[in-house]
Amino acid sequence: MTRALALIPLLIALVFGGFFLWGLDPDRDPNDIPSVLISQPAPEFNLLEVDGLATPSFSQADLVGNPGPVIVNVFASWCVPCRAEHAVLTQLVEREGQRLFGINYKDKPEDAVRWLTELGNPYEMIGADSTGRAGIEWGISGVPETFIVGSDGTVLYRYVGPVVGDDAVKKFREALDQAGAMEIEAGG
Amino acid sequence: MRHLILLIFLILPMAVFAVEPDEILQDSVLEQRAREISKELRCVVCQNQDIDSSNAGVARDLRILVRERLVAGDSDEEVINYVHSRYGDYVLMRPPFNLSTAALWLAPFVLALSALLIGWSVLSASRRRKTAAGLSAAEEDEVARFIEQNKVSKET
Amino acid sequence: MTPEIGHFALALALAMAIVQSVLPILGAARGNILWMQSAKWSSLGQVFFTSIAFFALLQAFVTSDFTVKNVVENSHSLKPMLFKIAGTWGSHEGSLLLWVLILTVFGAAVSVFGANIPDSLKARTLSVQAWISVGFITFMLFTSNPFDRVFPPPIDGQDLNPLLQDVGLAMHPPLLYIGYVGFSIVFSFAVAALIEGRVDAAWARWVRPWTLAAWLSLTAGIALGSWWAYYELGWGGWWFWDPVENVSFMPWLMGTALLHSAIVTEKRDAFKSWTILLAILTFSLSLLGTFIVRSGLLTSVHAFAVDPERGLYILGLLAVSIGGSLALFAWRAPVMEPGGIFKPISREAGLLINNLLLATATGIVLFGTLYPLFYEALTGGQKLSVGPPFFNAAFIPIMLPLVFVMGIGPFLSWKRADLPGALQRLRFVAVLAVLATLAIWYIVRGGPVLGYLSILLAIWLFVATLKEWTVRIKLFDVPFAESRRRAANLPRSTYGMTLAHAGLAVAMFGFIGSSVWKTEEIVFVKPGSEIEIAGFNVTFEGLERVRGPNYVADQGRLTVIQDGEFVTELFPESRYYPVAESNTTESAIRSTMAGDLYASIARPASEEAGAGGTLTLRILYEPLVNFIWIGSAMLVLGGGLSLSDRRLRVGAPRRGSEKKISNASKVPAE
Repeated sequence: MTRALALIPLLIALVFGGFFLWGLDPDRDPNDIPSVLISQPAPEFNLLEVDGLATPSFSQADLVGNPGPVIVNVFASWCVPCRAEHAVLTQLVEREGQRLFGINYKDKPEDAVRWLTELGNPYEMIGADSTGRAGIEWGISGVPETFIVGSDGTVLYRYVGPVVGDDAVKKFREALDQAGAMEIEAGG
Repeated sequence: MRHLILLIFLILPMAVFAVEPDEILQDSVLEQRAREISKELRCVVCQNQDIDSSNAGVARDLRILVRERLVAGDSDEEVINYVHSRYGDYVLMRPPFNLSTAALWLAPFVLALSALLIGWSVLSASRRRKTAAGLSAAEEDEVARFIEQNKVSKET
Repeated sequence: MTPEIGHFALALALAMAIVQSVLPILGAARGNILWMQSAKWSSLGQVFFTSIAFFALLQAFVTSDFTVKNVVENSHSLKPMLFKIAGTWGSHEGSLLLWVLILTVFGAAVSVFGANIPDSLKARTLSVQAWISVGFITFMLFTSNPFDRVFPPPIDGQDLNPLLQDVGLAMHPPLLYIGYVGFSIVFSFAVAALIEGRVDAAWARWVRPWTLAAWLSLTAGIALGSWWAYYELGWGGWWFWDPVENVSFMPWLMGTALLHSAIVTEKRDAFKSWTILLAILTFSLSLLGTFIVRSGLLTSVHAFAVDPERGLYILGLLAVSIGGSLALFAWRAPVMEPGGIFKPISREAGLLINNLLLATATGIVLFGTLYPLFYEALTGGQKLSVGPPFFNAAFIPIMLPLVFVMGIGPFLSWKRADLPGALQRLRFVAVLAVLATLAIWYIVRGGPVLGYLSILLAIWLFVATLKEWTVRIKLFDVPFAESRRRAANLPRSTYGMTLAHAGLAVAMFGFIGSSVWKTEEIVFVKPGSEIEIAGFNVTFEGLERVRGPNYVADQGRLTVIQDGEFVTELFPESRYYPVAESNTTESAIRSTMAGDLYASIARPASEEAGAGGTLTLRILYEPLVNFIWIGSAMLVLGGGLSLSDRRLRVGAPRRGSEKKISNASKVPAE
């Protein structure tokens, strides 16, 4: 009895140690927070156009019934990494024919227009989220964030931070392919 | 050094606070509720801070949102659920009670209970030993030694 | 050249530690007195060489030697000298070096001051201590060398995080480490006792001063960190249940339990295996803290730069030290004889309750801190937060009964106590506490029931502690001169206990006052704006640009008026550190015993609001908050008084059947 009791601290320590070992996995990022939106319908939101931009705005309805997956990118002119990401997204649109929607997050319209004029505008539609409320609906924690939405309007994937660099682009393209494959499988 | 002198004439970048005057509601009861709710919600971009004490942009948006929902007539629980449904369990400083958090919430009771059990068994073991043996010779010896020693330390 | 000397010295310290980890313990097993006594020289050697290493790094920081990578990353030539020095332990590598230095100093202190400890126990203890040294010095040499060079050297450094450039925080790590590492000695004593298979009153007495020294440093370290958070972070909080705070709090809770259970082992020869277990666990929790802070396992406000490789190495150290010692415990503890018997109403039983409650509280903090990790592992990547609402809800209900028992415990005698007698004496205390609480309620009104319950218990503890002292000196029962003589003759450890217990009560007033009755005003201000708070009329006079050695600041000027009379001026600052490109808020505080008026300024978040030079002013009134620091100081002082008790200095009682090595345990002549 006493012998068994004396073993308890060791056993607890061993269990804790097992968890620590798991937690040290270099692939694990303690700051990565999974989105609750995955496999859920895209959230309700309704955005106005960016003032002075010809690109139309969009709402949740525009994300349902597309022939293939679409990319929803949250960006802002004041966001430095967005600049780097812009080139990657442009490539995805121009070379691969992906469809790209943008949420212009807490930006001044004139800054956004200047930014898009300078870098080019790969977005099919852009909504102006001046209050950041749509951002909350999407559950974003910062800019940029990029979502992949399936043809039925289901959110399939989220990428936090800029899709820049080989690893990130590879990951993102895999997710896109998977989303496209799912569409084909489903007969979409 | 030159850098520093130059700064004397510029507008300095300045820290921003968490709760701002323009967020605060006129109605002090609602405001109080908003502050309490804000302490239950975690700032998702910060390291372990609630939105009430965080100066991050998203935290400010959420604080404003919380107040808007309160003004619109939501209950505290509804406001928290609103944010919870968009950001998940992570955003709650007080984890919800469910199957996967039962271990956490029951742990204090389990720990307290086992402490009681240990205490009880120690006491009863002490009582049993007494009836069985009384003071052992070694213990008698020790008591004597302690008395002796206390005497010594009082005298010196 | 100096950094290389430091590096080399570290390697020599490692060599010393390796010798010490083998030779003395072998000597103890074989009865070879020379081998045993070699520990004295090797432990002094370790201190010598780690000191050289430490001073080499210190010199690099003081002279701003930017060929050393660590200096580049954590210092700047314009930084004030104090913070250049503090930069030595501001980084992961430097703080580790300080850790090792303190570790070796404690080892050497045992070998120098522990003249009354039997050679075999001392030899084994120092060998165990050397195992820890070997673990940490190799960790430093292999993964975290503070002496790495950079080529070409940059012109200037990157500066230490401005938040950390503060006197309070400069002293925080050394105190904390003395606490953490001080428990290593207790751990080594415990492991040595397990190896010897012998724990008795004498052992407990040898261990006690080390426990006390570590405990009081840890107390001071935690209080200092808390104080820093209070005045530096700009929102007036002093405890956030952050993982990094929790990992320093857990060894404190366990160490407090250990301090008390060791008394039972010393006086009554009971709780032996429990005391050993606490000694092991207290240091294990210190190591766990080191692991969590340096591995990036949990997200926290103030973790060091994260490196999984380092994490793995420390986890290995943890596995060997904690796993090994607990395995040894499981093997040897069951054969330990249970000690003195006692009744359910006795000092022992009171201390048993103390220990069980403290252990429960530690368990709650530990489980709550690590639960997000468990959850993530078990759900396959889901995240969860365990924040202050959980800890407050779980922790406070455990601590309040503890405070209640603390009032009664000291009245109980060993073995078999007279509870009705004790309660009789406490009747007056209870009535007084209830009346005082009612009076406070009558004056203050409002506030949660829990607040008043806590106030009641704090008063109870404070008055009961004083009462216990008056009973000891028989105040009013005997002529006053006789009481005074008794008061003068009470051992210092008794005064230590009284002071520490009263200190906790005092700190409780601070905890309660500042968390329950805090008031706050947040307003936009322009020169001339007036704010009313807690009976004060505060006028914002304007802003002025001031310059510090390595920062520029906007300093606000506030005039405080109360009842039409000028009280003081406050100068809160918002600082900008150009090198580190970051800001800090320097709050301005008017401290009185009644409470702190706390002001800080910042820029409004929205640009419209900030147009035309408008600022955000945050004014807090924190009632009684200074009682926290006063209470903490009383805890530290109480620990110090106990430590200075001559009975501890003079040493331990003669060990009953210690014949083999009798020369070591003789009572020193005075």
